[in-house]
Amino acid sequence: MQSPRSPSSQPYLSASVTDPVKLGNGVQAYISYRVITKTNLPEYQGPEKIVIRRYSDFVWLRDRLLDKYKGVFVPPLPEKSAVEKFRFSAEFIEMRRAALDIFVNRIASHPELQQSEDLRTFLQADEETMERFRFQETGIFNKKPADFMQMFRDVQSKVSDAVLGKEKPVEETTPEYEKLKHYIFELENHLAEAQKHAYRLVKRHRELGQSLLDFGKAVKLLGACEGEPTGKLFSDLGTKSELVSIKLQKEAQQVLMNFEEPLKDYVRYVQSIKATIAERATAFKQHCELAETTKLKEINLDKLMLTRSDKVGEAEIEYREMKAESEEATIRFERIVKRMNEEIVRFQEQKTEEMGVAFHQFAKGQARLANGIADAWRALLPKLEAASSA
Amino acid sequence: MMGSENDDEAHLHASTDDMENLFLRDDADKSNSPPPITVTPADSDPLSATPQSKPNGGDSRSYIEPPSYADVIFSPFDDTSEINGSDDTHSSDYSLSRSPSSSASSDYIKITVSSPQKEQETSTSMLSGGGTYITYLITTRTNLPDYGGGSEFSVRRRFRDVVTLADRLAESYRGFCIPPRPDKSVVESQVMQKQEFVEQRRVALEKYLRRLVAHPVIRSSDEVKVFLRVEGKLPLQASADVASRMLDGAVKLPRQLFGEGGGGVETARGGRDLLRLFKELRQSVSNDWGGSKPLVVEEDRDFLEKKEKMVDLEQQIINASQQAETLVKAQQEMGETMGELGLAFIKLTKFENEEAVFNSQRARANDMKNLATAAVKASRFYRELNSQTVKHLDTLHDYLGLMLAVQGAFADRSSALLTVQTLLSELSSLEGRAEKLEAALSKVFGGDKSRIKKIEEIKETIRNTEDAKNVAIREYERIKENNWSEVERLDRERRADFLSMMKGFVVNQVGYAEKIASVWTKAAEETSQYDRESS
Repeated sequence: MQSPRSPSSQPYLSASVTDPVKLGNGVQAYISYRVITKTNLPEYQGPEKIVIRRYSDFVWLRDRLLDKYKGVFVPPLPEKSAVEKFRFSAEFIEMRRAALDIFVNRIASHPELQQSEDLRTFLQADEETMERFRFQETGIFNKKPADFMQMFRDVQSKVSDAVLGKEKPVEETTPEYEKLKHYIFELENHLAEAQKHAYRLVKRHRELGQSLLDFGKAVKLLGACEGEPTGKLFSDLGTKSELVSIKLQKEAQQVLMNFEEPLKDYVRYVQSIKATIAERATAFKQHCELAETTKLKEINLDKLMLTRSDKVGEAEIEYREMKAESEEATIRFERIVKRMNEEIVRFQEQKTEEMGVAFHQFAKGQARLANGIADAWRALLPKLEAASSA
Repeated sequence: MMGSENDDEAHLHASTDDMENLFLRDDADKSNSPPPITVTPADSDPLSATPQSKPNGGDSRSYIEPPSYADVIFSPFDDTSEINGSDDTHSSDYSLSRSPSSSASSDYIKITVSSPQKEQETSTSMLSGGGTYITYLITTRTNLPDYGGGSEFSVRRRFRDVVTLADRLAESYRGFCIPPRPDKSVVESQVMQKQEFVEQRRVALEKYLRRLVAHPVIRSSDEVKVFLRVEGKLPLQASADVASRMLDGAVKLPRQLFGEGGGGVETARGGRDLLRLFKELRQSVSNDWGGSKPLVVEEDRDFLEKKEKMVDLEQQIINASQQAETLVKAQQEMGETMGELGLAFIKLTKFENEEAVFNSQRARANDMKNLATAAVKASRFYRELNSQTVKHLDTLHDYLGLMLAVQGAFADRSSALLTVQTLLSELSSLEGRAEKLEAALSKVFGGDKSRIKKIEEIKETIRNTEDAKNVAIREYERIKENNWSEVERLDRERRADFLSMMKGFVVNQVGYAEKIASVWTKAAEETSQYDRESS
């Protein structure tokens, strides 16, 4: 949660996602969140605005940004579905809320994305308007016909290339970009593994906690069978064991929220970069194909002009249109490249910061846990010593 | 059995350890600055480098120094080392040798069972003609005066000999808490792999013999001495049937009751009837807590209370032992997962450094390295902690065996009481018959030669039965004595053992928790620039 800096000369935009509330019944139940925006930007309606949003609204926002800001690493969203019984657990809801809060804030602090009109809609529109937007744009309806054609053409050309055995190089192959792509794909594997082990570690904390709880109980029962001083000592041992168990359960939750979740977020980010890479490849292909087609049209036009054909006029128009489209495609592609270059720098810095924080919190948490455990057990030693020497 | 690793796991950990060692060794030489780390392959033996790179947890406030990593893993002369994969991770020093008589620092007796060997059946016995069997080398190291001062000796024994030993001890030491011998495991011997079964048996035999010599009375018994010392064929007679066992027991009694050179018990025809009677009585007492045969009328309330307590205690020990196993498993897995996490970050560090284009990447690689180092070290501490925990909590497991021994001792008492009570009722019915016969006789004038003879015979039987009854009563009293002193001893030892277990367990937990805490504190300091004190 960020509070606005005092002098309104500094432009600021911050948002927070709070107060998850379960609405609706049964299968249609969902969580709604309060989104509070604080800003002094002129494009916004006033210094503070509160709206109610649900998960699919966030999805809408992301899809819009992906569409309009190709080349930007749009921040990832937490996963959509979850195991049914877990979906409304307090832990899950809190983790999702925190992730959504981070999502919105990342967008608000991104130099390009924060200018987005869709962001303004998301942060300000009343609930009815938002619902209307969401209905129109989510699902398959957010793909425009042109996109469909492009997708179709992509598939077609891939198939025909394969069938005809043509090795048309429609990929960028600059060494730097190759290196980047390789880096991203490898990074995902490494991160996924680290995240997997982090998740298991959470489970181990819980299991160790549970086993200590059961052990404590068993030891207490055993103490009840024994005379003194053994009986009392067993009872104390059991109590301490239960105490340590609680510490472990607490830490498990911390590790989940402050360590495993950031790792998962990292993985999602990398996956979103992979999607951007795919977009760039598409844009590159379009740029190449259109440039080629334009060239062909030019050649054709020259031919017709030489033969003084009456098709010249038509051909000239076609040529100009194609040239314009080609130039647009080139601009689109180059904008993606420029954005990606900037984004990569931001991404690396952001991730170093975020992971640094996660590591630090994890280390602090583990140290706190271990110290707590040591203190708990240590308290038993004087009595044990006394009994031994007796 | 708790804490054991099979071969596959040991191998995996060996290669994991190698990687960890490479990483930690480099780390030990490095300063904390951002320049890229190159994890060079070591040409020296990674395992030998371990003790150096182990962090010095010499906090002044550290309560106690747990054994070092080196001690735990590299104990080549201790037959209980982890690397051998031996199940028996506790030495007899830890458990069961804390009775006052052996607390004198110089007294010790240590038994090792090893070198299983296949041998050919030579005798033409009915049981097996030309088959093979396994013998085990039993080595004893002791300085007890009973065994002739400081010495070491070995014999070869087969499992059948152990059965004989156990049977003989059961006869001679009725009322004592005799540790139960390993099972014959007939099914397992057919089903398991030969090597595995032999190893399992070897471990069980070692445990059994160690327990036997931990018992202050039994360790000095002829049976045990003979078993451990006399080479060649075991000179103890295998007990063939219950009746002669009873006979043996009965013959021994006078010696035990009246001192040396006491007279033997009558074994005339009357005696033989008695023996048959004894045999039937013996077989009627099943070897449980006596619940299913309400023949014995135990009136001693103290005893009944004690027995109930023992039943309850056994149940709680079983329960605690099970939870201890679960705890050990959970600790093990915590250590393993922590190690895997560390390794994953080691790989990430390497990767980021190799691919670094930006300084932010190098910084991140450095942060990851700190985290990975801490995780790998913590993982090792967890695993060390666990192997120590296993040793301590094994005490619970050991006492399960001893509870069985107590059951046996109580069963001896019940059967002895049953003998007494049956003899008493037999006696009264005999006397009844005698009375009737005499009454009938007095009615016939002049007497009846056959009837007179019958009365004489009955009176003879009554006399014998009286004798047997007295012997049985003395036996019963003796067994009660043994029971009582054994239970006292057991209570005392158990208290001491449990106390020692608790202390060891707690000291262990404290020590390692402190070490783990210092590892993570260091990592937190190394990343302190990322401290954002929010919420």
